[in-house]
Amino acid sequence: MSLLEIHKIDAFYGDVQVIYEMSLRVDKGEVVSIIGGNGAGKSTLLRVISGLMQASAGRITFQGTDIHTEPPENIVTHGIVHVPEGRRLFPLMSVKDNLLVGAYNKRARPDVEKTLQEVYQLLPRLAERESQLAMTLSGGEQQMVAIGRGLMSKPHLLMLDEPSLGLAPILIKDIFETVRKIADLGTTVLMVEQDVRHSLSLSDRGYVLEHGRVVMEGKASDLIDDPHIRTAYLGM
Amino acid sequence: MLYIIEDMINGVLMGSIYGLTAMGLTIIFGVLKVINFAHGSLLMVGMYATYWAITLTGVHPYLALAMVIPAMFIFGYYLQAIVIKPIFIAEKNVREPITVIIVTTGIWYILDNLALLVFGPQYRSLADNPLKGKMLEVGGMFVSQPKLFGFITAIITASTIHWFLQKTVMGRAIRATSMDREAASLMGINQYRIYNVAFGIGAATTGIAAVTLLPFYNVFPTVGVLFDIKCFIIVVLGGLGSISGALLGGIIIGLIESVGPQFMTATWTEAIVYGLFLLVLFVKPSGLFGQKHDW
Repeated sequence: MSLLEIHKIDAFYGDVQVIYEMSLRVDKGEVVSIIGGNGAGKSTLLRVISGLMQASAGRITFQGTDIHTEPPENIVTHGIVHVPEGRRLFPLMSVKDNLLVGAYNKRARPDVEKTLQEVYQLLPRLAERESQLAMTLSGGEQQMVAIGRGLMSKPHLLMLDEPSLGLAPILIKDIFETVRKIADLGTTVLMVEQDVRHSLSLSDRGYVLEHGRVVMEGKASDLIDDPHIRTAYLGM
Repeated sequence: MLYIIEDMINGVLMGSIYGLTAMGLTIIFGVLKVINFAHGSLLMVGMYATYWAITLTGVHPYLALAMVIPAMFIFGYYLQAIVIKPIFIAEKNVREPITVIIVTTGIWYILDNLALLVFGPQYRSLADNPLKGKMLEVGGMFVSQPKLFGFITAIITASTIHWFLQKTVMGRAIRATSMDREAASLMGINQYRIYNVAFGIGAATTGIAAVTLLPFYNVFPTVGVLFDIKCFIIVVLGGLGSISGALLGGIIIGLIESVGPQFMTATWTEAIVYGLFLLVLFVKPSGLFGQKHDW
């Protein structure tokens, strides 16, 4: 049984359907990339998994439990954390307070001090900046805080929505190295990315979304050599 | 000269009580992003609660705090949970749920008229009031003792709320929700529960204000209306959502109201208050202590 199983979900924004009968799975310990153009339904998929949106049909199971009817705050407690697009930090709170809020759920709360030290070890920049307001950080640092805040919830599955968005190439490299480190430490990662080359090169598997449907799936190394991907997403 | 200093002191004291009165409004707005039009009614409920707590038990007015704070917290908590929350849920996809404002207006009318029905229209004041008309003499100046107690209470309340918001798990969750409720829910925070707690804290703070007011103020069913407009002005002046801003806004208005009449007819001070209010809106719409954080 996979860690996360999504079975034929539909999702709508008002009357507009953005996801059609989508099925996918994430196994324990994997890094899975979801790639696709704008409007393919990538972010919506993450929003449905994390409970910000409800799927109108289909089911989602996590560790064997149905989660598709639960509100976002319960889904975090199950062990799925969603690091949203655009980082969405709490701007007027210090870096440390942002991280502490990440450990709000009752599963993570008792270990908050220990988790905080682990996050500081993984992302030493955050320890240096702990008393600075989140809004005063640079884009790369903000992304690190967003990822750190996600890790504070002690997730089994970390979902990242475009972690490289709006960052300079050198920082993008940093972010992806961090993601790889997190995966190597044992957290399963599901990542939505526009930077197809980078994300596939560190992933185990990938799904390609177009117009709300999965059009291709497979091992990341196969996808990166696929002629369709090379022309459509890598510009070769 | 002495008169002016005396007026300034009394203005600061009264102003801090105004600030305390407005603090609940600013807390509720800061978290729910909704102007609570029933704020004056919460104050009225708090004042009746204080009045009956003192009259029935015969304790010192300030000991009523031990009863009024928990009672008002529970009242606010369930008012939000039962009456307001369903509207929030129905308007989940609306960014600025205006209907909630209309609901709070309804609560205002219902509470005021319930009070009229139950307690009647008469003005009530504490019968056996140890603080009544008590003055402290400091170097030839007279300072109202109940107002001094109110000032101290306001400072303690503001510092306690500040500490609570900064240093506790619940406080951080409240701040997080006030800045980005969707991101907060992704962190495992149930936004509606936070709304309940924030409304409870706002009501409890208003209850504290009611306790400080009662030793020198009458209570009657529409007493809240007298404070409503003042509270709105204070909160906008100090910056919506800012605790220290509410205190400072209150003190500014208290000062104008007490020092002004030395130089002009008392009615003119009202005009000055509104003039200043407009000026702040023109120059710094987010208020003196308000922070913009849309980025």
